[in-house]
Formats: sequence, structure tokens, C-alpha cells
Amino acid sequence: MQITRRHFFRFMGAAGASVAVRPPSAHAWQSKAPPDTFGCLVDLTRCVGCRKCEEACATVNGLPEPERADCQCTIFEKNRRPDETAFTVINRYYTGKVDTFDKPVPTYAKVQCMHCQDPACVSACIVGALTKEDTGAVRYDVSKCIGCRYCMVACPFEIPAYEYFDPITPRVMKCTFCQERISKADGLPGCAAICPTEAITFGRRDTLLKVAKKRLKENPGIYLQHIYGEKEVGGTAWMYISSVPFDTVNLPTLPDTPAPKLSETIQHSLFSYLWSPVLLFGVLGAFMARCNQEDHKENNPDKGGV
Amino acid sequence: MAHNARPMNRPLWTPGVLVMLVFMFAGALAIIARFTGGIGYVTNLTHARPWGIWVGIDVATGVALAAGGFTTAALAHIFGRHYYEPVTRPALLTAVLGYTFVVIGLLVDIGRSWAIWKPMFHWNFNSVLFEVAMCVMIYLTVLYIEFLPIVAEQFKGRVNLPGILSKLNNLVDKLLQVADRILGKVMWVFIILGVVLSCMHQSSLGSLMLVAPTKLHPLWYTPILPLLFLTSAIAVGYPMVVFETTLATSSFKLNSEMHILAPLTRITIYLLGVYMVVKVGDMVVRGTWVYLLDGTTQTNAFIVEVLFGVMLPWAMLLFQRVRQSAKGVFFAAALIVGGVVLNRINVFIVGFKPPLSDNGYFPAVSEILVTLGLVAALMFIYRVAVTYLPVLQASKEVRS
Repeated sequence: MQITRRHFFRFMGAAGASVAVRPPSAHAWQSKAPPDTFGCLVDLTRCVGCRKCEEACATVNGLPEPERADCQCTIFEKNRRPDETAFTVINRYYTGKVDTFDKPVPTYAKVQCMHCQDPACVSACIVGALTKEDTGAVRYDVSKCIGCRYCMVACPFEIPAYEYFDPITPRVMKCTFCQERISKADGLPGCAAICPTEAITFGRRDTLLKVAKKRLKENPGIYLQHIYGEKEVGGTAWMYISSVPFDTVNLPTLPDTPAPKLSETIQHSLFSYLWSPVLLFGVLGAFMARCNQEDHKENNPDKGGV
Repeated sequence: MAHNARPMNRPLWTPGVLVMLVFMFAGALAIIARFTGGIGYVTNLTHARPWGIWVGIDVATGVALAAGGFTTAALAHIFGRHYYEPVTRPALLTAVLGYTFVVIGLLVDIGRSWAIWKPMFHWNFNSVLFEVAMCVMIYLTVLYIEFLPIVAEQFKGRVNLPGILSKLNNLVDKLLQVADRILGKVMWVFIILGVVLSCMHQSSLGSLMLVAPTKLHPLWYTPILPLLFLTSAIAVGYPMVVFETTLATSSFKLNSEMHILAPLTRITIYLLGVYMVVKVGDMVVRGTWVYLLDGTTQTNAFIVEVLFGVMLPWAMLLFQRVRQSAKGVFFAAALIVGGVVLNRINVFIVGFKPPLSDNGYFPAVSEILVTLGLVAALMFIYRVAVTYLPVLQASKEVRS
């Protein structure tokens, strides 16, 4: 290798200067959640499993009509997940709760994108095709997407679905929180607007938390004292209250730490202003220059190919 | 040249090569099916399990096994151990091909292959995958630059293109001369850059899974996963060189290069030792050894990975008798390579269990055919390259 000390130090001087101008600063990780976002409160004690929300969602988002839209019975025999044709689904669970005649009482639970305050998918997306909007919606921009599906790997709620059978232009499909509708004054998401039992309450997230806490306080015998989504993975825009444990209705038990915190902390403390790669380059270059000089002293010039 | 690599100039169409062609053909058919029917048509991927063997093996494992390129470059060129130069060329070729096929694998796997250029213009600095993609892209370029002098060495002054292209002979020759002269002066930049970029994305491949703490089994989910990926990549570099050099030399009936491979395995004791200490230490510190005897597939895969992929080969290499026997060295190296392969498969596939809707995953036949086809194509091009380019050391050829 034809590296001389002079060459090397000139190169490193330039590299070093560029680093010195903006010294690496390891900021502590901070939530990027926009202030005062919208949210939805789902009260599982009110849901009767009518599946009108599924129908409204399909209409609003131009999706195919839900599977057997009028069925409120046998459709519940299988546990369904949102997929590329349905942004939200209702499932029925028998959690062991019984009525006064010892008959099992079903609990119905709606599933959709939770629109996390610090979404794992937004952090993961290689091109920033997923963004957390000021409304609180996690929005997908198909024009940037390359189809790596890292968002699907990252999502703790297993929500994003993929158009696996489109060979050239598949899209990631998930609940949009009806971003366009809720951006307008008094706009409601399709599902919240249609719900006949007011199981879905739309509003500012702070307000919803107050509403939820009030219901929990006033009916301690009915509700579990836990607002699912208040703290889970750093908080979500969609929140649930229930009379049965959340893990029995397929809402996963999650830590309070926002999902992107660890990986973002590692990435930014290692690579902000590329300080560590530049440092490594410098150290290796110094080694190379020294080893090369020793060679020259030994009168053993090395012009070896790579 | 400090060593005399030369083209093999052997007949290319051996029975082994024909077998590779069969696999390549089958893989090509599966790829055509993927681009007509969609990813869902040829794979067993689901919404809950978006990454299968194309990511776990073609990409993650491919990157790990190409580590021989930067580890040998560091040893021979940066730390001045010119003794090891004969193995830098085959290792570099493996890296060039390995990364090329990582990109081809990605093109098959991502849903919008035609949009693969978009990360160059839409940046997300929070995304680990963005950093990996940038590093891989730049590193692949660096690898091709590092490889160019080998092409120049073979064809400089005797460019002889067929047919109508022969008019370009002079031009191509001049370009090769100029490239060779300039590259000789600045190659040190690319060599160091290659090592730096490798350290960056080898470790970041491990950070990919940190965003999904509830999906990856605790035996693998650790904040130091990037460190484990880096140390294992560094540890597998020389064993991979041993593995492929032994295969190549025995296939071409060349001298087995034991005088270089044996000391390489000595260094491996330390490098693999570091990985082993970090890996076992991590398990002890986080207390995840409590899972070890629960008998699940995940746990058993972890035990096989650590026991047969790390501890056994490490212990084998401690014995001088093993290090001095071509068979012993090859067997230990193969175990280490297998251990790292299994580790990457474990992290991306076996250990990945989405809690809500995982219904188990086993790759579809056509999915496997794509992976096999890509591996076969890689081996085929390796064979073509060493046949016509000065890559392998051939001074002490032994006639059989």
C-alpha cells in the first residue's frame, strides 16, 4: 500500500476538522410524540359485536365489503386479524366471565392500528414512508415505500398487513385513523362515527384519559383499574378499558418503554456525526501507516495487490 | 506481486458445475414465479411473519459469511501481516460475490424491487435498516474498487474483446491502465473504509431486531445484540476463508495452503473466544439460562448454536494436533461457519415469535429454491472468476 505518513495525516486532518466543528453529543432519548393529539377510547364493556365499524371502515377507506357483514354469530368462531382487505375487525372472546345464570358472557374486542405515540414502525421505516402526524395518525406514504416490511417486523401489535399477491406494486395496508376526516373540524373516524353503543369515543387524547379515569373511578366494580394504551410502549392514541384482563382479548402485554428507544439510542450515540466511524478510520490508518513504515525500514517494499 | 496468484485455466464445465446450473435454473423459475404471482405466491410469509429465509439466510447470513473480506484485508494490509496475502484475494472475491448476492436477494425479497434506489433520497436516520442499507451500498462499491486491480492485472495490455466490441479494445485497455495506476496510490483509503463500513453494518444488522423486544426470544434479545453480531462476524471471517480455500484447493487439486490456514485458525481461537465470552456472559448476566432446559424449539436451537457452533470448534482449535491437520482445521472451520449461519437464522427466523398470531413458519419449496439457486449462482461465478482471473495461489500445484 502506498500510504505515507504525510498523506495519512493530511487526510485525517481534514476528517478530524469536520468532526471537531460539530462535536458528537449523546442526547438522551426523547419522545417525538406530537403534542395534543387525537385518540380513541374503546370501552369493551359497551361493545356488542354488531360489526358496523367494520362495514363503515370498509366504505370510508374503499376496501372490499367485510366478510359476511351481517353475520354476528358464526363469523366469531374464528379469531380474525386485520389484513390487507380489512383495517379493523371485531373478535369475540369467552374469558370465563358469567352472568347471573352462570351463562358465559362474551367480550367483543375491536382490533386496529393503535397509532402509537412513538411508533416502532415509524422509527423502523427505511425511507420514512411512515410518519406520525400532528393529528396522532400514523400515516403511510406508498410513494416512498420499497416494500422491505421492516415496519411489520417492528410493530408490537402485529398490525401492518401486506399485499403479498401483488407482484410489482404491493402496499402496506393498515388503519389510517381516517386522517383526512379527522383533519377537518368535527371529523370523526368512520368506525367511531357509526358505533351505535358509543363503545368508541373520539377526542383529544388528554381528554379521553380523563373520561376513562372517570369511568374507572365511578364503576370500580365493572372496570379493571387499567387503561390499556395509556402507558403501553410509551402510550398509544387508541386506548381500551375493559372488565376482563386485556391479554384475554388478545391485547398483548407490553412494556412501558417506547419500542424505538433502545435502537435509536444505540444508533444515535454511535453514529451521530459519524464520530465512531471517523475515529475507527483514524486508528486503523495510524496502524497502517506505522506498519507500512516498518516495512520500508526493513527495505522490503510491499506493492501487494489487494 | 508479493504472491503469485494466477488463473486456474481449467475446463469450466465439470459435473459439479452442471449441478450448480440445475439449481440456478430451478431458482430462476421460482424468481419468475415471484415476479408474476407475488411474494405470497412463492413463500409462506404472513402478515405476522414478514421476514423469512430470504432475509434470514440470503441477506443476514450472506453478509456475515462475507466477513472474510474485511478481516483478511485488515490483517494483511492494515496490520502489515503480508504473510497472509495469498488468502486476501479469494476472501475478497467471496466478499464481492457475497454482497452482490445480498443485493440480488434483497431485490427478490422487497415488495417493490424497482424502488430499491429510494433510500438514497428519502433518509430516516432513526432507522437501523437505513444505516445498514447505506453501508452495504457504499461497501459494495468499495469492494468492486478493491477488486478492479485483479481484473486490470489479468487484462492490462491484452484486452481482446470479441466481435464488434473489439473496436473498444484500446479504450478499455487505457481505462484499465489509468484505473490501476490511480488505485495503486489511493487503495489504502478503500481498504480502511471497507473495514470501517463492515464494522458498522455487521453490528447494525444485530440492532435491527432491537425494535421488537416482545417478538424475539429472550435468549437472543439483548441490548448487546449488535456487539454479538460484530464479534461473531469477526470470528467467522478466518474460518470462512479456511472453509472456502480448502474447498477450492481440493476441488482444483492445489496445495492445501496449510502453512497459512493453520496460523489463521490460531488467531481464530482468540476471536472466537471473545465472541464466546461475550455471548455466554450475556446469558449469565441477564439470567436467560433459566430457559435452557425448557425443551422448546427455540431453546434447542440456541443450545445447538452455542454448543456445536462455538464451544466445540473453539475447544478443538486449542489442540495443536487439530490445527496442524487439514481435516481438523476444515472441520472446526465448518462448525464455526455453521454456528454463525445458525445464529443468524435463529435471530431472524427461529427466535422470532410474534405473540399474537404466529402460526409457525417453514419456508415454502419455491422459497428454498430461490435461496439455493442464489447460492449456486454465487458458487458458479466464483468458479468462473478463479478460472479466468488471478485469484488463487497456484505456485505449488500438485499433480494428481
